[in-house]
Amino acid sequence: MHTPSGGSVGKSLPRVDGVAKVTGAAHYLDDLVVPRLRHGVTVRSTVAHGTFDGLDLDPAFDWSQITVVTADHLGWGQGLAAGGLGQNHIAMLDTDQPALVPVGGRIKHVDEPLALIAAPTRALALAARAHARPRQTAQPAVLAIDDALRAEVKLYGDDNVFKQFLIRKGHATDDELEAAMAGADRVLEGTYHTGAQEQMYIEPQAMMATLDGGIMRIAGSMQCPYYVHKAMKVLLGCDAEQVVVTQTVTGGGFGGKEEYPSMLAAHCALLAQASGAPVKMVYDRDADIAATTKRHPSRVHHRLGLRADGTIAAIDVDVIFDGGAYLTLSPVVLSRGVLHAAGPYRCDVVRVRGRAVATNHPPHGAFRGFGAPQTTFAYERQLAKAARVLGVAPWDHRDRLALRPGDTTATGQVLERSVGTDDVLRAIREAAGPPPTRDGTNRHGAPVRRGRGHAFYFHGAGFTGSGEQRLAGRATVVARPDGTFEVLASSTDMGQGAITIFTQLAAEALGVPPEQVRVPDPATDHVPDSGPTVASRTCMVVGGLVDRAARTLRLRVEAWADAAGIKGDLATRAAAMIAAMIERGGGDLVGGGVAETVQYEPPPGIHWDDATYTGQAYPCYGWAGCLVDVEVDLDTREVSLLRCVHAVDVGRAINPVIVRGQIEGGTVQALGWAVLESVVYRDGKVANASMTNCIVPTFADVPDLETIIVECPYPYGPSGAKGVGEIPMDGPAAAVANALEDALGVPFDRLPILPEDIARALRPGGGAGGAGGGAA
Amino acid sequence: MSLLVTFGVNGQIASVEVSPWKRLLDVLREDLHLTGTKEGCGEGECGACTVLLDGVPVNSCLVAAGQCDGRAVTTVEGLARGSAAEPLLHAVQRELVARGGAQCGICTPGIAVCAAHLCESGALVGASDPRAKVRELLAGNICRCTGYQLVVDAVIAAALPDGESAEDGAGDGGRGDGGAR
Repeated sequence: MHTPSGGSVGKSLPRVDGVAKVTGAAHYLDDLVVPRLRHGVTVRSTVAHGTFDGLDLDPAFDWSQITVVTADHLGWGQGLAAGGLGQNHIAMLDTDQPALVPVGGRIKHVDEPLALIAAPTRALALAARAHARPRQTAQPAVLAIDDALRAEVKLYGDDNVFKQFLIRKGHATDDELEAAMAGADRVLEGTYHTGAQEQMYIEPQAMMATLDGGIMRIAGSMQCPYYVHKAMKVLLGCDAEQVVVTQTVTGGGFGGKEEYPSMLAAHCALLAQASGAPVKMVYDRDADIAATTKRHPSRVHHRLGLRADGTIAAIDVDVIFDGGAYLTLSPVVLSRGVLHAAGPYRCDVVRVRGRAVATNHPPHGAFRGFGAPQTTFAYERQLAKAARVLGVAPWDHRDRLALRPGDTTATGQVLERSVGTDDVLRAIREAAGPPPTRDGTNRHGAPVRRGRGHAFYFHGAGFTGSGEQRLAGRATVVARPDGTFEVLASSTDMGQGAITIFTQLAAEALGVPPEQVRVPDPATDHVPDSGPTVASRTCMVVGGLVDRAARTLRLRVEAWADAAGIKGDLATRAAAMIAAMIERGGGDLVGGGVAETVQYEPPPGIHWDDATYTGQAYPCYGWAGCLVDVEVDLDTREVSLLRCVHAVDVGRAINPVIVRGQIEGGTVQALGWAVLESVVYRDGKVANASMTNCIVPTFADVPDLETIIVECPYPYGPSGAKGVGEIPMDGPAAAVANALEDALGVPFDRLPILPEDIARALRPGGGAGGAGGGAA
Repeated sequence: MSLLVTFGVNGQIASVEVSPWKRLLDVLREDLHLTGTKEGCGEGECGACTVLLDGVPVNSCLVAAGQCDGRAVTTVEGLARGSAAEPLLHAVQRELVARGGAQCGICTPGIAVCAAHLCESGALVGASDPRAKVRELLAGNICRCTGYQLVVDAVIAAALPDGESAEDGAGDGGRGDGGAR
């Protein structure tokens, strides 16, 4: 596995884009200088539900330099080649979301795109927008999960349910489930609420489109170039070759640039076609917060049937996600939510029901963790309550119940390998130290109360079930005549370090120094489709493809060179091979070099049944434990986070510093979700759409993090690596809520937990569940 | 109305004829093509547009061009010495790369500028808790990727190169609990 001349894996190679980023030389979309560029802005709805009756343009304004586009005067159905367009929807899982609401069409959320404006300067585009007034008629809106389920106002089908799932383990009927629950000595029941969460990447959504010789070129900030490519083919009505999508340096994504960039690309493309000029759209922060996808708000009802000895007799979970106005990715987010809802604990009888419902909120979508953080919050609150009523120490309780090799998950998957439970629990217990002193004063002299919370959780790495097989991702490694090697994949680096990891994996497999490896920006006319950059799959799945392609290439070059009697390092031998191929006509060369492309092959023995939701939901899981110490100022109810210890099993850390960065970044997003981050909807509109009041943690809001990398290798991941991107987001919020209950003696079952929620909970008879009383 | 504004930028004199109300951020990016300074929020919350104005960190989205006449601005492009092809990085930039303090990089120019000021002002020398001091002084720069830990490590290493804190988190640190406190 370790070649003497490579040896890149396991070392903290500084990220290959590091110098460009610290010097300001890295060019993000908004940094590009483009001649004749026009700036696009969006005219948006102001009602949550209603009809778009038309757009009035102020005749007093000079429109001579302005391009205005509504859905109405466009050549839908004619196709790009005929100067027209394809279909007015954003192709994702469904066709329900239009690129622009047509005049006479239905508005389904506030800040929905109704019209587009482009102008030579941004200031002029904004001035024009101030003189464009959409006429709208409002209708009653659906703004709560229960209203969606009542379906008096229908937004999707007859029942407003985008998708539902049912998982049954160890029983066939609801009666059998109830019998198992009745056989428990004690049933703990709770309802848990979590709010929307904004990704708050620091680079706002940014995209550009250029119609160039019949080819629509899209460039911008995105996670998934081939998602955008697919959406553009449908929108424009064209062949694959008529759209080229290129990812530019991307300033953070976290899921927020998974599906939304297709909308932005559509708008840029419509304006580029209408204006005949390149069009750039960069969202202001307020528009980005108001209009783009967020983490699904959730309500999870959880029943935990406990035997007298503390083991679990039955688990019953009912998961409901607010999907917002359009289906987008909600079914997939819900899937991951329900698949994690029973937690990493032994139980023979499990029922999980899940529904994603339609409301008139802007669509909710992908955000790191992808449904799992919501259900993890519920089950780890339940486990903490169980430990408390049983009088068992928190880690002992989890240690006793946690899944080990040979155990089965809720879907009946038998865990065979790479189960990090013991190593994670051992590591975090060793690091735990004594709990904080319960009572004291802080530096302002105010009385404080302190507490400690725990959480243990798992996260499936890669796509669910047979998703990777269906996708059949591909990656290419090329030996170039100049002595470099290129990795070609559509997987993007949005800051998480993918191109550095690919560099290390390729260098290791090729046995060359990492300086000889390059990873060009993904462009759909240059790179194979290795799939989207999501689902904690990039290192494990695509990294595995890169590893295998590089090994195949190395063997091919070495076999040729051995036969030809060429000595030297791999670059020298590859250059000789390329020269020989050119002499023979060069027909086998790919981009002037020798290339090997490999396609995904599933590990042996994977079986998944989509109809019954049984089998191997994920090829493997990451495992994690989190310990949080909190301090509450009893005067202001402000929460200070004193310690956060996080042990995460990643299989193998290809680059330990990058892995730490992934764990710590996810941890702080989870801590923020717990006690700071609140998206406030008022009449369907985000009421706090600015960074001034939609806050995220700063340097001063979090403690020094105690990060422990645990390595239980996964034999089918490159060098043993599995997923790391999402699992750090799943559990820390539950650990914080558990710590607050430990400190204050009242439960907190609703996220976020803000000072006003603590004040309410501590008020006599104030309801323990935070705002609205979420506790059962 | 346009006004001729003359000010120092990274040691050179720049003159631009712009509205005195134009944001310094836009003057830098649009008129001087110094795109290392980034816009994250446009309201002084995120710190991605941080530059030094007469040696003091400011949010360039909240500074008007007219306020800059006769003054000196330092942007991220002014931190390194050497050439663009072979930059001699400022200690803060070097440590941010070495210790994983930059991920997506969009907040990094602002953090680098602010942290360079922190190093050069000697604010950490003799501080009883240098890590807490770094967290306090960088609290105006939001990073959504790193969780801040490795950025703090990098700034401490740059500002107090002889301190024992500089050993944390470098190289293969981070395996097990090495480099974590």
